Amino acid sequence: MSSTAPGKTFDGRRFRALVMKEFIQVARDPSTFLIAFLLPPFLLFLLGYSVSLDASRVRVALVLEDTSVQAMSLATTFARSSYFDVTPARNVAAVRDVLVSGKERGIIVIPQGFGEGVKRGNPPPIQVITDGSQPNTANFLGAYADGVRSGWLAEEMGGASDPTIGGASEPPIGVSNRFWFNPALRSRYFLVPGSIAIVMTMIGTLLTALVIAREWERGTMEAIMATPISMVEFVGSKVLPYFLLGLSSMAICTILALIFFHVPFRGSVLALLAISAAFLMPALGMGLFISAATKNQFVASQIALLSAFLPTFLLSGFLYEIASMPWPIQAITYIVPARYLIPSLQTVFLAGDLWGLILPNIAIMLGFGVGFFYLAFRVTKRTLDQ
Amino acid sequence: MNRLRAMIVKEIWAALRDPKARVILIAPALMQLFIFSYATTLDVTNVDIGVLDRSGGIHARELVARIDGSPTFRTIRRLDSAEALRTAINDQQVIAALVIDPDFDRRIDTRQPATVGVVLDGRKSNAAQIVSGYISRIVGEMGAELAPPAMAGQAGGTVVTHWYNPALNYIWFTLPSLIALITMIGAVAVTSQSIARERELGTFDQLMVSPLRIHEIVIGKMVPPFLVSLFNGTMFLILAQIMFGVPFSGSLVLFYIGLTVYTLTLIGVGLFVSALCSTQQQAFLGSFVISTPLIMLSGYASPIENMPGWMQVLTYADPVRYFLVIVQGVFLKGMSAWAVFGQLWPLVIIAIVTLGGSAWLFRARME
Repeated sequence: MSSTAPGKTFDGRRFRALVMKEFIQVARDPSTFLIAFLLPPFLLFLLGYSVSLDASRVRVALVLEDTSVQAMSLATTFARSSYFDVTPARNVAAVRDVLVSGKERGIIVIPQGFGEGVKRGNPPPIQVITDGSQPNTANFLGAYADGVRSGWLAEEMGGASDPTIGGASEPPIGVSNRFWFNPALRSRYFLVPGSIAIVMTMIGTLLTALVIAREWERGTMEAIMATPISMVEFVGSKVLPYFLLGLSSMAICTILALIFFHVPFRGSVLALLAISAAFLMPALGMGLFISAATKNQFVASQIALLSAFLPTFLLSGFLYEIASMPWPIQAITYIVPARYLIPSLQTVFLAGDLWGLILPNIAIMLGFGVGFFYLAFRVTKRTLDQ
Repeated sequence: MNRLRAMIVKEIWAALRDPKARVILIAPALMQLFIFSYATTLDVTNVDIGVLDRSGGIHARELVARIDGSPTFRTIRRLDSAEALRTAINDQQVIAALVIDPDFDRRIDTRQPATVGVVLDGRKSNAAQIVSGYISRIVGEMGAELAPPAMAGQAGGTVVTHWYNPALNYIWFTLPSLIALITMIGAVAVTSQSIARERELGTFDQLMVSPLRIHEIVIGKMVPPFLVSLFNGTMFLILAQIMFGVPFSGSLVLFYIGLTVYTLTLIGVGLFVSALCSTQQQAFLGSFVISTPLIMLSGYASPIENMPGWMQVLTYADPVRYFLVIVQGVFLKGMSAWAVFGQLWPLVIIAIVTLGGSAWLFRARME
């Protein structure tokens, strides 16, 4: 603090008074309350219930061009399958419109002469038309329709049936999968740690940026700066309430996740606290920096949304696999603090205290924190000198 | 009419006056488009995988070579012990690891069924499942070549045709959808902020005591977000085709009719938020609290049919849901006017409800 005036040093009593003032200010603001205590559960439930990447029933139309016993039997198998929600249809042309409007996701056609073919031991192929505008569903539909068909055929022909999808009877090389940490493959288990990351980003960066930008906009910032308060006291008192808010909303999310979504918690509370506290450093630093650099609530909120919220959502490995992104985007993910938070949180919840993974991530997050605080200090000082 | 024209001119000036705000109207939308379109793929490629080969035989090496040759996997890490495997998975150096037993080669040579173990990182359960599918396919192909069995299930087969997007190009799905999402985020934010800003600065009261009628104020406030939305929509329409190669097979007229009605519903939502808020901060929070469920319930992030029943009912009130179908339809499916209309009338109803509701709220709050 070379440029600070004489007498501007750290003073415990003054700092306490300042912190008190900030706490009262935060507590009186209804929108803070909304963000810190109502928004976390809202987001958690919204994400927990709306995002399900686990496959469920796909709506398909079934066209029977053959009326043989075998064709009927296959149609019944499709209707009973837990993968499909089947609506009968007369012909493909009749279903074209519902495919366009997205009411059905595909058409399965059992061709003429199917029953005859099965009797001869040489059935014609069935036809599957999918709505390619939904690539995931289309892929799933093609693979599972073939699985149902081959399972039915194997049984019909009296061969040893194999329950695996698209499987052949008695494969020469089998695969035995073991999914560690989440054997039942519940996608909620990784969505919940992700929503905690989003909530902490909201409070750390979005709320901080917005509140402090408002002070700049209204000029109360300059008023505070004119008093004999040192920079460290000032920043410390601004940041402390949001730090505690961030931690408490993390705690709310964790408790709700354990109660409502039955997410396992295999690590320790200490590790969870350490990870969250480390992440709040870059989050708060970024919020301070954005507000000091923009000094305008609208611009600050948009920049915070763009540089903190969206990256936490999209570029952190929470929903989308980083390794699959093109390299320039992958390069950007390295400067997204949430990238280091998500694996640590998932580990604490699902795997336990694996410090070999957690500690390096904590160190990187703290490093980003120092960087952002440095930037925030510099911008604040420079703008005051003008 | 003169008054209305003056109000509109004033609003356009207010939106474009501040250079920072000017950039903020367009730049975030563009950045969102690029980041979203490249990052939001549920495909899994280029992942690292570990191999613990306890067999060391020729078939084991063949299997590893096949996996190495697949574009899904980037690097293969040789692991020499169960301990190394545990560390590699725990520290997320690899997403999955193959375990090849010592008798793998012997069993294949003596025509006994052999098994490859795969350990996957369940913390990323979705990506892990996709990886497991790829490995199974590679192992299955190798098995089929080694000992082609008489497979009852393979007779006849299934012919799969993907309409509208034969190669299942993921970006053909992403980009049209992004037009719906990004115009929504922008339109709601701009609408709700512009009134809140005037309220906070006190200029809204000045508007109120001016001879302007309330509907003139509201219409004036609708113009900037409407123009921003049309501008962004047009820009994305062009970029999607020339930069990302997404085909546009439908009718431009239908696209713009859809976009217009859609934007009106969004402005209604934004006005509704701003009628309830008295500061910019509240308006920002309000538009965030509204935008997030609009996105999550639209069917973009996760198919609507995967949601619980009560949540599926809620999606009917989400304008994004209908415009997603329209925009995907006119891009990829050459959607007919009749089919567009099927999605348009719910949008019209939502527009009437949100615009009417917010006009009513404004009046109620004034008195």
